This record gives sequence, C-alpha cells and structure tokens, in this order.
Amino acid sequence: MTGAVALLRAIAADRAVPIAAVVILATALALAFGNSNGTVPNWLVPLVGKYLCYALLAVSIDLVWGYGGILSLGHGVFFGLGGYAIGMHMMRLIGPRGVYAHPVLPDFMVFLNWTELPWYWHGFQHFPFAAAMALLVPGVVALVFGFLAFRSRVTGVYLSIITQALTFATMLAFFRNDMGFGGNNGLTDFRDLLGFPVRSDGMRIALMLASAVALVLSLLGCRALVASRFGMVLVAVRDAESRVRFLGYRPEHYKLVALVISAMLAGLAGALYVPQVGIINPSEFAPANSIEAVVWVAVGGRGRLVGAVLGAVAVNAAKTWFTGALPELWLFALGLLFVLVTLFLPRGLLGLFTLRRSSIAATPAVRPA
Amino acid sequence: MRVATPVTLTLPLSLREREPCGTLRQRSPLPQGEGQGEGDWRATLLTLLVALLLAVALPLRAQPDPVAALSTTNFDELGRAVERLGVSGHPQALPLVEALRDGRLFRRASDGTLFWRDVRGAFHAAATGEPAAEITPAGLQPLRLNNRVRRAVDGALGSLSLFNPDPRLRLEAGGGDLGGLQPLRLNNRVRRAVDGALGSLSLFNPDPRLRLEAAERVFRGRDPEALAALETALAQEREPRVRRAMELAQAAATLASTRDNEAKLAAIATLRARPDLVSRGTLAAFAGAPAPVGPAAAEAVAAIDRHLALLRVGQDVVFGLSLGSVLLLAAIGLAVTFGVMGVINMAHGEMVMLGAYTTFVVQDLMRTHAPFMLDWSLAFAIPLAFLVAGTVGAVIERTVIRFLYGRPLETLLATFGLSLILQQTVRSMFGANNREVGNPSWMSGSVQLWELSITASRLWIIVFALLVFFGLLLLLRRSSFGLAMRAVTQNRRMAASMGIRTPRIDMLTFGLGSGIAGLAGVALSQIDNVSPNLGQGYIIDSFLVVVFGGVGNLWGTLVAAFTLGVVNKLLEPFAGAVLGKILVLVALVLFIQRKPRGLFPLKGRAVEA
Repeated sequence: MTGAVALLRAIAADRAVPIAAVVILATALALAFGNSNGTVPNWLVPLVGKYLCYALLAVSIDLVWGYGGILSLGHGVFFGLGGYAIGMHMMRLIGPRGVYAHPVLPDFMVFLNWTELPWYWHGFQHFPFAAAMALLVPGVVALVFGFLAFRSRVTGVYLSIITQALTFATMLAFFRNDMGFGGNNGLTDFRDLLGFPVRSDGMRIALMLASAVALVLSLLGCRALVASRFGMVLVAVRDAESRVRFLGYRPEHYKLVALVISAMLAGLAGALYVPQVGIINPSEFAPANSIEAVVWVAVGGRGRLVGAVLGAVAVNAAKTWFTGALPELWLFALGLLFVLVTLFLPRGLLGLFTLRRSSIAATPAVRPA
Repeated sequence: MRVATPVTLTLPLSLREREPCGTLRQRSPLPQGEGQGEGDWRATLLTLLVALLLAVALPLRAQPDPVAALSTTNFDELGRAVERLGVSGHPQALPLVEALRDGRLFRRASDGTLFWRDVRGAFHAAATGEPAAEITPAGLQPLRLNNRVRRAVDGALGSLSLFNPDPRLRLEAGGGDLGGLQPLRLNNRVRRAVDGALGSLSLFNPDPRLRLEAAERVFRGRDPEALAALETALAQEREPRVRRAMELAQAAATLASTRDNEAKLAAIATLRARPDLVSRGTLAAFAGAPAPVGPAAAEAVAAIDRHLALLRVGQDVVFGLSLGSVLLLAAIGLAVTFGVMGVINMAHGEMVMLGAYTTFVVQDLMRTHAPFMLDWSLAFAIPLAFLVAGTVGAVIERTVIRFLYGRPLETLLATFGLSLILQQTVRSMFGANNREVGNPSWMSGSVQLWELSITASRLWIIVFALLVFFGLLLLLRRSSFGLAMRAVTQNRRMAASMGIRTPRIDMLTFGLGSGIAGLAGVALSQIDNVSPNLGQGYIIDSFLVVVFGGVGNLWGTLVAAFTLGVVNKLLEPFAGAVLGKILVLVALVLFIQRKPRGLFPLKGRAVEA
C-alpha cells in the first residue's frame, strides 16, 4: 500500500504529467462522444489517433534521449516493426477475401508466385501472438543492438550514426520483395481487426481511444520509471557516464533496459498507428522520419516526457496545416523549427512555460570548451 | 544447278555503300560478274553473293537427298531441312518450299513419302514434281510449321527466288517489283555469306581500318571460303593490329573448314589467346565437335570463362575505386569538420548538392554566353563550387553552429534543419526535376586499360579525388592555417592560449570542409543526376566512411572510402545491389562494435575529452 502511494507521489512530482494525462483522456473522450453524436467530423478522429501514436513514439524517444542521453536516430525501426507485426496480423485476417482469393497467402505473395507461407508469417493469424510480437520484436532488436553497442561503449554521435545506419539498412531490406513483407508497397488493404471492420467509424473511435489510453499509461509508467532509483541512475549516466561507472554501477545495463523499454513503446505506437492509417510500408524506416520524431521531442522539450507529447502534437498539427495551406513552405518551416528550437529553446516549448528548473529534468548545460 | 545471270537489284543501303566500286573490282581475287554499265558493281556483288551461296551449299550436297529430309515431324529437323533445301539448288525446291508455306505439302503416313498439291488440287510427287494422279488425300497429313520452320521457309524462299530462272521472280526476290520497296531479305546464312564476301573483298583494301573491319567480319562470319583470301592477305599484311585480327579470323574460318585436326587445334589455341565473348561464342560452337577438336574447344571455352570472370572482378574493382573516390570526396570534407570540430554536419550532403548546382549554373551560363569555352566550364566550376559551398558553410558556422559547440546532438538536429532549408531553397529555385550536366568532350568516351574499358569520367573522378585528397593533406601539413587547425584539433584551450584565434579557425575549417563538399558536387554532377536530393544519397555513406576510417584521420578516410567502395561493388554481383549495401551496413555496425573509434583512431588525452 505504501509502495503504491509512493509510486503515485513519484508520478505526481512532475505535476505536468497527471495534468497531461487528464487532458489527453478528456480530449479523446470528448472527441469520441462528439463524433458519435455528429458534432465532430469523421476525419478528425483518425487524425487525432495518429497524433497520439506519434506522441507515444516521442515519449519513447524522450525516455532514452532525455533521460539516458542516447540520441537514437533509428526509432523508426522499432515503430515500423511494431506496425509490420500488426499489419501482418491484419493481412492474415483478409484470408480468401483478397484479390486472388487465396485462403492463406496474402495477395502480394500470390502475385510473386509464392506457394507457401514463409515461416515467420506463421502464428500471426492470432491476435495475441501478433500483439506480443509487436512489442517483442522491437524489444529483441533493441536488446541485441543495444547490447552490442553499449558493451563496446559506442556513445554520442557515433551511436546516433549507427542507429541511423540501422534504420537505413532496415529500409533497404524491407524494400526487397524477397523479404516477404510486401516490398515497396508494404502491407495494406486491411479488412478487419478483432472481428470488426477496420474502416468503420466505431473502430476508428475505438482505436483512437486505445491510443489515448496507451499514451496515458506509457506516460505514467515512464514517469514512475524515471522517478525511481533506476531513473536516477539513468539520468546520472546521461550526465556523467564515467563517474557513474567509477561509483560501481554498470551504465550499459541501465542504458540497455531503457532502450529496450523505449523500443517496445515505439513498437506499441507503430502497432496502434497502422490500423488507423491503413498502410505500412518501408518508407516508415526512412532515416528522415526517425530524425523528425527526434525533433518533436526537441521542440516539446526533452527530459520532461510531457514535452515529447506536446512537441509531437504541436509539430504534427503544424505539419497538417502547412501541407494543406502552404505545402512548399513546410520544409522551410520544419527546418527553421529545428534550427530555432536548438538555438533558442534548448528546453523546448515546455521551457517557455516552466521557469522553475525541475531537478530531474534539467538538461546539463555544457558550455563550449 | 544454275548460276544466276546478273540483274540490277536495289540492295539495302548498308550493303550497297560499304565499298567504292573501284576497290571491289580491282583487288578482288574472286570471280567477277559479267555485268556492265551503271549497275555493274552491284551485279558483280550479286554474282559474288550467289557464287558464295552456292559455295556454301556445296558441302551440303554430299548429304542425303534434301527433299527426303523434309519428311519429318520434328520442327528443328524440318527447319534445317528447309534451309538445306533452300541452298541445294534442287529443281523442285521452290514449289516445295512454297507448298510448305501454304500448308500444301503432305506426308504419307504409311511410308513418309512427300507430295504437294498444286493450286488446282492435283497432287505431285515431291522428289520429281511429276503429277501423281493415283494419290488421294486419305492417307496424307499436311506438314505443320512452327515459327522456327516459318523463318527457315522465308529465308529459303528469299534465296531460292534469286536462283529462279524466271527473271520476274528474281526481281521480286530483290525487291525490284512494282511495289519496289521490299528490301532483299536475308536469312542468317545469307547474311553470313554476304559478310564473308564483303570481308574477303576488303581484306585487300589499302585502308588498314577497313582491312581490320573486314578481318573482324570474316571472324564473325567464320566462313571457310574466305580462308584462301585471308591467307593471301595475311601474307602481305604489315599492320600488327590487322595481322592479329586476320589471324583470329583465319582461326575461326579454319575451325569451320574441313581442314585437318592439327590446323584446327592450332586455331583453337589462337582463339583462346583472345579471351572475349566473340571468341568464346566461336569456340563454343565447336565444343560439340568430335575429338580432339571438340574437347579442346570446350577446354578453351572454360579457360576463357575463367579469364572473363577475372576480368569482371577487375572491372568491379575499378567501379569500386570510382565509387570509393566519390565517397572519399564527400567524406573528407566531413572528416575535416567532424574530426577537427567534433561537429556532425547533417547539411554536408547539401553542400555537395550546392557544388553540383554551381556546376550546372556555370555550364548553363557558358552555353548561352560563351559556347566556345564550354569544354572548359569545369575549370570555372571547380573554384566557384568551392567558394559557393565554402561561403555557405562559413555562414552556417557563424550563425548556427558557433552557438552549439559542445552539444553535438543539438548540432546534429540544427544542421539537419539547415539541410531541409537548403534543399527546399534549391528546389524552389531550380525545380524538383533532375538537371543534367554535360561532360566535357575530354571526359566522355572510355579508356582502354589492359583489357578493361573504363569510362573516362570515372577515371577522371578518381584522379580528381586523389588530387583533392593530397592537396588537403598538403594544406594541413605544410601551411600555417593547417598548423593552427591541427593545434585546435589536439587541444583547443592550449591553442587559444598560444594566440590562435580559435573561432576564426573554426569558421575557416568549416568553410574548408564545406568547400571540399562543393568539389565533390562538381565530380558528382559528372556521373549522377543533379537534383535537390543529391546530397542525401551520399550523406549516410560518407558518415560511415568517416566513422569507419577513424575520426580526424585523413588516411583512415582514404582507406575506408576505397574499401567501402570496392567491397560494395564486389558484393553486388553475388548479393545484388540492395542486399550488398545492407551487408556492408551490417558489417560496419558490427565493426564499430569492435573498434568504436574506427580503423585508425586518434590517440591521446585530447580524444577522450
């Protein structure tokens, strides 16, 4: 009992987190009710659902970057893998309703003259298995990658560059038809999920609400994590890795755990994202996408979790508006945002609101040597 | 057998205008036609052609009755039989082939005897053409055709009509009838014969280039009839290149001839000494011949295959080196900024792109204002690209990066933002489409290096990359600016206390790195399309090169760039371009695990700071 109280207290220590949780849930519920009685247009629901998934991805990046000091330029890999896992599930559910009406093989495999299902497609007809894979596959990839990288003390920009190479290599691999993931076109034409048609209004509302709940839970979970002893050490690793090592800790273990959790959250985000947009293809692995996600965190304010949510929603809302109103100016705006935020808002948008320096969130201010 | 009297034919242009008629008649050792007047050389040619056709047909006459050979249900055999019939000079050849074409040729199921039906429905015996009144359609099956046979029929009809006693038909065969527009049709055999004839005729041409061409043509045609002419020509040939070609032609023709095995084995050895696909094809055609010629030919084919495989590896290595030099150009600029300043410049690729667009603009201006200097546009583009990219780089350093020293991750983000801005700027100025930059004339074409043929532009890029590399090395080692730069790299604070203005060095270093990227853009514009996304394609690779080679070590960058380039290209034939790239990336990621600071890490206390 005391443990639970302590946990709640730790979560509430950064008051922005419970506030954000309430705001997110309230907004999602309001949208859901508004949509079912007709006051909220249909297109807004999946759009908000998409933003919530992006926000979850941003939270996962903030966990490793803001608290662990690991700038991953490859979170798109985890996001995409989660998306592919759920995409494969929905492909299997199409069954004989596909264009080629093959009872087992997805259309693209029939098209490529494949005769049987590759081994890694087995089991995906069951939702629990696919859902587990959406979390486990990114987790295992992160575990292997992180184990190798942290063990040999690859840090800083080197780590960033090889994560970028990782996502680039993944993109190239998934573009290949022989990989069995639909190549260029990816996976699409989904019909239903858990027995309900994916493109129905009810399903959209349900997915949006599920994203909101997942985001809130992750936010609270991450907050509890970073407020724990583990989180303290993680922040210490971020600020002075060698010193932490000299104190007898194993920084690589802390970083590895953080990276694996983060990858699984990103996978969850991808898994929620794909049914809402109806497609997953290799361009999700494009290095620019991963960098863009990092920028959401930077814009919102890293090391604050809520900042990640704020940044993801703000930047994507701006993107939606720009690409509609001034498409040719969007890249200018995004580029300027990168530059201005890093130059003038090192603590992001959140830094504008909070004058008090939260002890745990403070970004180490390194002066030019 | 009939020898056609010469007729004036409208020969296809390519046939007609090969040789001036003087040479044809003056040197020809072959029998000449009796044509006269305006069409006389054409007539000569035609006579020659026909004579050759008949000559080709001669050895075949020894074979079993060409008409009986038609009695088969195997399409391949039928096709061959038709070809043979077409050149056999058999008196019944034309009606038979025509009947076959129209489905009027029948085979008696009981004994395989052939009959053809004329237009009135009467049957004739195939061998003699005599009417066969007693035959009824009951026991007969029409011979069926496939495309292979149809081609043979067409070919045979074409050549048969040339032999026809009826000049009207001959004329038609030559395309000289009222329609008048039909060219003389050749099948492959006729084509080879024509090649052979032309070949042996121009073997004696005073122009060595034409002699060479003629020898090559005989070589391709493998015409044993040309042997005599070839040997005469060879005896008086002085030009070594032409001699070699003639020897090869002689070898090919010997293989096709009826000469003894010893001559043929020698011919195989000669062909083997020229290991290319044409020799291989020639040899492979005789690999099935009886021993000892067949096995020797097969062995020679295998040897040539080995040689060609080796050659391909050599070619891949050269491609790899040229890819490596592009990577080197793109990466050394990065090595400078990354190595010296610890700054990750994600906009580096855009500096490359700016260099490429500078080249494009310079060339465009020259085309409109000074077209006579177009070949030298690169001489202006190179310094200008360096200046443009360098200036932009220096400005970026002054306005953005300066404020972010010591925060490499933020620098990375800010410069990525800059790269987006630069790309979009260029896109709105020049459009999103690819722009083409032409090669100057001295850079187009290809260079023959041993047996490898290398595109000149790629060779120039290797040279250019090495020049830039050693120039930079010289600058760093020998100039006071280089000294200051190295001092700042090794110990910024100490350098500052010694009176080096580190901010100025930072700016210049960044400008220098960006300027070199601009030079890379000039090089890339020569082999790649110039588009706003040009730099993005190279940025990840360049980063990997720098990290692989060891940050701050130019030699490491050199080794890494060429290694990556060559490995990439060597993997391509086995793994495919994409998988090869993935393999390289994975190998690099693993390599960085083993040696986190690259192949040639900087050592010393300053590194860990």
